[in-house]
Amino acid sequence: MQKNGLVAVVKRDCPTCVMVAPVLQQLLKQADLTVYSQDDPAFPDGMDGVTDDTALDISYDLEIEIVPTLVRFEAGQEVERTYGWDRAAWESLTGASDLGADLPAFKPGCGALNQEQDRLAELRIRHGDTPMVSRLIPLGAREDAIEACYERGWSDGLPVVPPTQERVLAMLEGTTRAADEVLGPMPSNLDTCTVEKVAINAVMAGCRPEYMPVVLAAIEAVLEEDYCLHGTLATTRFVGPVVIVNGPIAQQIGMNGKGNALGQGNRANATIGRAVQLAVRNIGGGKPQGVDRATLGNPGKLTYCFCEDEDGSAWEPLVVDRGLPAGTNAVTVFAGFGLQGVIDDKARSPEELVETFATSLRAVDNVNKFPGPDCLLVVCPEHENTLMEGGWDKARLHKELMARMVVPAESVMRGTHGMAEGVNPKLAGKTVSKLVPTGLLIVRAGGGAGKFSGIIAGWTPGTPESSRPVTKEIKS
Amino acid sequence: MSLDNLLDPTGEREAAERPRLARPTSLDGLTVGVLDISKARGDVFLEKVASLIEGRGIEVKRYRKPTVARTAPMAIQQAIVEEVDVVVEGLAD
Repeated sequence: MQKNGLVAVVKRDCPTCVMVAPVLQQLLKQADLTVYSQDDPAFPDGMDGVTDDTALDISYDLEIEIVPTLVRFEAGQEVERTYGWDRAAWESLTGASDLGADLPAFKPGCGALNQEQDRLAELRIRHGDTPMVSRLIPLGAREDAIEACYERGWSDGLPVVPPTQERVLAMLEGTTRAADEVLGPMPSNLDTCTVEKVAINAVMAGCRPEYMPVVLAAIEAVLEEDYCLHGTLATTRFVGPVVIVNGPIAQQIGMNGKGNALGQGNRANATIGRAVQLAVRNIGGGKPQGVDRATLGNPGKLTYCFCEDEDGSAWEPLVVDRGLPAGTNAVTVFAGFGLQGVIDDKARSPEELVETFATSLRAVDNVNKFPGPDCLLVVCPEHENTLMEGGWDKARLHKELMARMVVPAESVMRGTHGMAEGVNPKLAGKTVSKLVPTGLLIVRAGGGAGKFSGIIAGWTPGTPESSRPVTKEIKS
Repeated sequence: MSLDNLLDPTGEREAAERPRLARPTSLDGLTVGVLDISKARGDVFLEKVASLIEGRGIEVKRYRKPTVARTAPMAIQQAIVEEVDVVVEGLAD
């Protein structure tokens, strides 16, 4: 491009540009002026030598933000710039006098086309000005992009959004973290999981960019040693990562912690959980019939994510139980599966309701299986009300439930209830507990009507050798 | 938006271009499909190929597309996938 003299960038669709067209004509006679038009090479009308910049490459190189912009170059270097119409500034920049004498002294300009989001992304990609380093997979001329993702094994079975450069670039705008930041090695392949790779999988999952901080925190959480991603993936049991979101970000990105919180229909809930699973599949290589050895699996392995209904609850949120201040944006990941409904329409006191919860918890996996897996109890609003009206807060509920997890070994011993499964007879005369001391998480979610709580059972008892829930603060 | 290229979501362990399935080194023990695409006189050529293969004691299953102008009906595609290990087809007149 011309980098000497004056350069003006204009567009027809800008009243200020239209207004200053005679000024540009005036300058053309007096100075070495090059005019670039962003939307119509025939604009300004009747002016010779307007350069077509409808591809916006010059505007992009000049980082034009407002039209009209007037730039003065000397010896290939920019020395001065002004934008919009400001007679004094234009006269100072050009050295001319009496510019646009019949015009008002000042009129602001309009936004430049190269700054429009979709055009800017296109320009950044064309100019190689993106942080992405993942290799590009070329598609055949007539290849359908969604089918191509299936063919390459990138899908969880449902269609994915094809991860184009434009979409990934937009996804990366959702976080302040650098695209090349390494979150860690992703089991089971232990390939490097970068922010960029997460963004690609988040695109495929259908996330919006503002979900990225949550997705990143959830993936950081499953990469923690405590979560034991490889083990929970390779197991023949049912589990996958259940993601619980706390803090104001849940509302900011439109998550659902109320009616049907664990069901379908909310984009953030559905796609954040899916992004985590797609990342595990694609970055880590954790595929069914491959490393994922689940006998049955569970539908939540497509996606399992919801937020706690903090606004609707009188209880301290889960994040406080996990050692962070209330109001912290955080995700907790729990290796869990399914939902065992806990129905009690009749209980009117905490003492009655806790027996229902406890009996249901003791039945998880197998009534004779002691200890059982860690459990996440999802308490619905009506059940919370029953407890609160009886004076029980969440800590009381937790304490009372844990006390009810302990039973005489004989009551769940092999052969009891006619079942071969059960506690080892060597424990006769002792007590056994369904849950290890850290084995119960409680959250509050769900719609306002219905005395229907639920248990999300985990993998195994949460010991250091097994999987334990991990909570991660959501950064940005 | 360009759909010519997609960014690789994987750990990039595998080649970007998908390799063809490995060719068998021998047909012994395999079932061979012979697909006549209804191209003129293709059946003559393919029948000769089929009988030569059968002459070596190898099982052959024959399939025929209704018309050369269209892709094989799904039922034929599925039958080929389920029933045979390799397929021979002829393209030219």
